[in-house]
Order: sequence, then C-alpha cells, then structure tokens
Amino acid sequence: MERERHETSDPEDMIICRDVHKWFGDFHVLRGVNLTLKKGEVVVICGPSGSGKSTLIRTINRLEEHQQGDIIVDGIELTHDIRNVHAIRKEIGMVFQHFNLFPHLTALQNVTLAPIYVRRWSKDKAEEVARALLTRVGIPEQADKYPGQLSGGQQQRVAIARALAMQPKIMFFDEPTSALDPEMIKEVLDVMIELAKGGMTMIVVTHEMGFAREVSHRIIFFDEGNVVEEAPPATFFTNCKEPRTKLFLSQILSA
Amino acid sequence: MTVNTEVLKPPPTEVGVLGWLKKNLFGTWYDTLLTIASVVFITVTLRGVLVWALRSAEWGVVRTNIKVFMVGRYPYDEIWRVWASVGMFVVMTAVTLIVWRREIPRIRRAVTIAWIAILVLTIILLKGFGDVPLIPSVPISIWSGLLLTLALGVVGIVASFPIGIVLALGRRSSLPVVKVFCTMYIEVIRGVPLISVLFMSMLMIPLFLPPSLRLDNVLRAMVGMTLFSAAYVAENVRGGLQAIPQGQYEAGRAVGLNEAFVMVLIVLPQALRAMIPAIVGQFISLYKDTSLVVIVGLLDLLGIAKAVTGQQQWIGLQKEVYAFAGIIYFVTCYAMSYASRRLEKQLGVGER
Repeated sequence: MERERHETSDPEDMIICRDVHKWFGDFHVLRGVNLTLKKGEVVVICGPSGSGKSTLIRTINRLEEHQQGDIIVDGIELTHDIRNVHAIRKEIGMVFQHFNLFPHLTALQNVTLAPIYVRRWSKDKAEEVARALLTRVGIPEQADKYPGQLSGGQQQRVAIARALAMQPKIMFFDEPTSALDPEMIKEVLDVMIELAKGGMTMIVVTHEMGFAREVSHRIIFFDEGNVVEEAPPATFFTNCKEPRTKLFLSQILSA
Repeated sequence: MTVNTEVLKPPPTEVGVLGWLKKNLFGTWYDTLLTIASVVFITVTLRGVLVWALRSAEWGVVRTNIKVFMVGRYPYDEIWRVWASVGMFVVMTAVTLIVWRREIPRIRRAVTIAWIAILVLTIILLKGFGDVPLIPSVPISIWSGLLLTLALGVVGIVASFPIGIVLALGRRSSLPVVKVFCTMYIEVIRGVPLISVLFMSMLMIPLFLPPSLRLDNVLRAMVGMTLFSAAYVAENVRGGLQAIPQGQYEAGRAVGLNEAFVMVLIVLPQALRAMIPAIVGQFISLYKDTSLVVIVGLLDLLGIAKAVTGQQQWIGLQKEVYAFAGIIYFVTCYAMSYASRRLEKQLGVGER
C-alpha cells in the first residue's frame, strides 16, 4: 500500500511531534508540543489532570485531530488522508483507561476481531495467535468468557492482548490502571513491565511512579498543554529542575 | 447451648398460591377493598361480554364469510396456494423454534436463508405467472382481506428496516449533502400523517415512473407504508446508536478498523439489541396502520369487515364482525410481541 514516507526521518524515530497545537473550540489544549520517541524506548508521561497528556496520545493515533504542527509515526505523516490514518493506526496499539472491550464478543473474539478484518488473517491463525497472547497476559482460561464476566484486571489484560494482536510497533497506554481496584493493579503492571523489558516501544500515561522507575527510559512531566520537563528516572525523581514538577511529585509521592 | 439447625418447611400461608394471594391481593385493608372491587367489576363486564358472545351473537356472519375475511377476492380454485403457504410457514416456525436453540452458526445461517427463500416462494406461489398451468396469475390487486393486511405488513416491515438503518447512518454522516437529505426526509415524513403519505404515493408515484411502467395500487400502498415506517425506524436506530458509549467507537478505530467495520461489527450489534422493543413497537404499529388503506380504495381485513356488514342478510351485525377482526389483529400483534420478547431474551438484552 502506498504511503508517504517522510524523506528526512531517521528509521529509528518511531514518533516525531513538531510544534503540535490543538484546540477544543477556544480552549488551547496542546500548546506547541515537541516530542520524539525512538524505537524500543519506554516513555512515561505524567502530569495533573486536564494537562492534555491523554489528548496528546489520542491525537497521535487520530482519535482527536490536531490543527497545527506535524506528527510523523514510523515515517508516515499524519494528515487528513485516510490511508495515512489507517496505516498509522495499524502500527499503534492502544489500551484505554476504561478498557472499552466489545461486550457482545467473548475475550477470544475481542482479540481476533481486528486481525481477521484488518490484517485479513484466517480465523484459525487469528485464534492461535489470540490464545498465545491470552496465555502471555496470564488468562488463557478466560478465552470464552464475555467481558461482563471478567474482573477489571482481567478485562484490562484482554484489552492489552487485543492491542498486541495487531502486532503493533508502538503501544499506547492511557491511564491503564486508574480504573482498577488496588489488588488488580499489580497484575496489569506486571504484563506491562514484561512488555517493556521485551523491547516494545511504549508511551504510558500514568501516575504509577513505581512502574516508571522500574522500566521507563524517560519520564515526561506534562502540564498546561506542553512538556515541562523530561529526564531519565534516575534524575527525574531526585534532581528535577522545574518548580511545577517538584510540586507535582510532592503531591503524588506522598500519597 | 445447641443451635437449632434443623431444616424446616416454610409455613403454608407464606408461600405457594395462598402466600401469593395473601401478599399481593390481601396485604392491607385497602388492597383487600381494591381486590374485591376489581373482582366485581371484572365479573360484571366479562359476564356481559361472555353472555353476548355465547348466546345472542350471530356468529353465522363470520362463519359464512370466513373465506372473504381471510383472502378477500382471491379465486376459490386457487385457495390451495394460500393453504400451502400457511403450511410452509407453520413448518418453518416449528423448525426454527426447535433448531435455533443450538447455537450452531451454520444451522442458524441455513435457517435464515430458508426463511428468505420461503418468503420469496410464497410471493411467487400466491401471485403466479400468466398462463402457467398450476399457478395461473392472480394479480396483486385482487388480494384482499387478511391476505392483503399481511402482505402490506410484511413488506412494510421487512423493507423499512434496512432503509431505516441507512437513513439513521446517513443522518449521522459527516457528508453535508447526505446528512441534510436524510434529516429532511425523516422530519418531513414524521411531520405528516400516514394517510397523507398514502394519498401522495397513490397519486405521485405514477409521476416518477416512465409511462410504460404502471404500478399497481397495492404496490403503491406498499411503497407508501415502507417510506413512512423507514423514517420512524431511522429515529429508533439513531437513538440506539447514541446510546453506545464513545469508547466503543474509539476502541474500534484504535484497533485499525475502518468506519464501516466499526459500525457493522461493533456498534450496530450492540445498538440493535437495545432497540428491539422500540423497533418491534414500530412494526406492530405499522401492521395495524395497514387498515388505513381502505381510504385509498384497497380492501384489507377491516375494509372487508365493513363490506360484510353491508350484506343483505347480515345487516346490523357490526359487533360480531368487528370483534372477529379485533381478535385476528390481537393474535398477530401478540405473536409479534411474543417473538420480540423471545428474541430479547435470547440475545441477552439487559444483561451485559
């Protein structure tokens, strides 16, 4: 399939955001964001609610539209051309805060739906891959259950399997554990840690600083529509420069 | 101290029929009063109706005219075709009830295809062709009575469903021309009574067609009913689509499905389930609204009923005739209502 490849992009750059602006009506939610993500990098974005961090990743896979600036994913420029949008969405797997599983399908069917209809795999191949993924996230026995019959942690793990089924190059996590009971957070984080250690390129919007410390290469503090500070975890927690970052850290780490 | 763990039966006045009666009908003093008043009211009314129905009513009018009620002016010699169709329907219904339970997709697909085939076969069988020996032509304009009511109802329902879905999707479309057209269509049709739509279709459809193609009165009525019902189905479908959380659309898009697939695979299956009561209600309404075609000169069940009461020997027997027509309508509508409840239960509506 034809797609526009940006001539100047380095193949190691998975995501490039250049001066991205977005407005919701009059509200300026993204204010000139500059961000680069290299292959194999795990980036955690944290920040106060309303800062625009969820909007940023939703803009990258075109669940929201940006009005100004460039976004380039794996060499494909995000434009109004629907073919580019589809190509980009195939490369990004997304996990939502509220899981968004399809309630009328079983866990297995949730995972096999996209590979069958988008990548045109046969049903058998899709099911084989799906069962392997459900095993990888730790719930092979739930394959024939409906989402309504699963706990929150199990549902989120099915959602992760569903995103992985399309064999994406990048995984986005939008506050994946925020809607979970405390005892289920660990099981989901364990899956994400395993993914990160396996070399997956990831952007994770979260407040789970333990996860950030353990596997992230970079932590970005996002506030008022832009990147305030970014640093590797070693320096981020101990030596952050901006006062806003310090304030935010003191608020969440004391909890 | 020993704790009593012996298993006892509940006291007789708390459970079973006596228990139900005590709780629901005689719970408090005003409940008891209401129960007695209702029983008196029901007995008096029912007694009046039953006495009339069993003693003084002249059911001869129904017995003699039963053929006319059922198939109107359909030729006597060809009635075996009606019986054959009825037979096919009964067999298909029995087969469906038995086989549908096993959730084997292949069998279900076969049953669905069989139903469509039977529908087409029935139309061909009842209408016939020119001079073909077994099934000479019985033009649709001759169909009347219950046959016409069913024909109008079935065609109206089956045709307006897909059109309604398309209209609902069109109304939500981002393409301005499509959106404006669908919105205007829905609002205009919903703004006028069915009678005026029927009149319009009677008079105006010939204007749209080339002079060589003359559409039968009955077909024009079918078009009118379909276009009318489609607008209402569209609004029901749109309501259902709005009830689906935005997250479902987003998850579908995020996983790479294009808009058409998101609609067909994810949104519509969930939305249609939720819309069954509203849509079936619309269909039941449509079925009863077929009685309006008497105004454009077609003889459906009620039209025939009216004609029968004008007959020389049965003058003045409106009660019997209309009671009979009412019972027929009730039976069909209740059957639709029952089927809808079964469908809801089977699809697990209300449970997520």
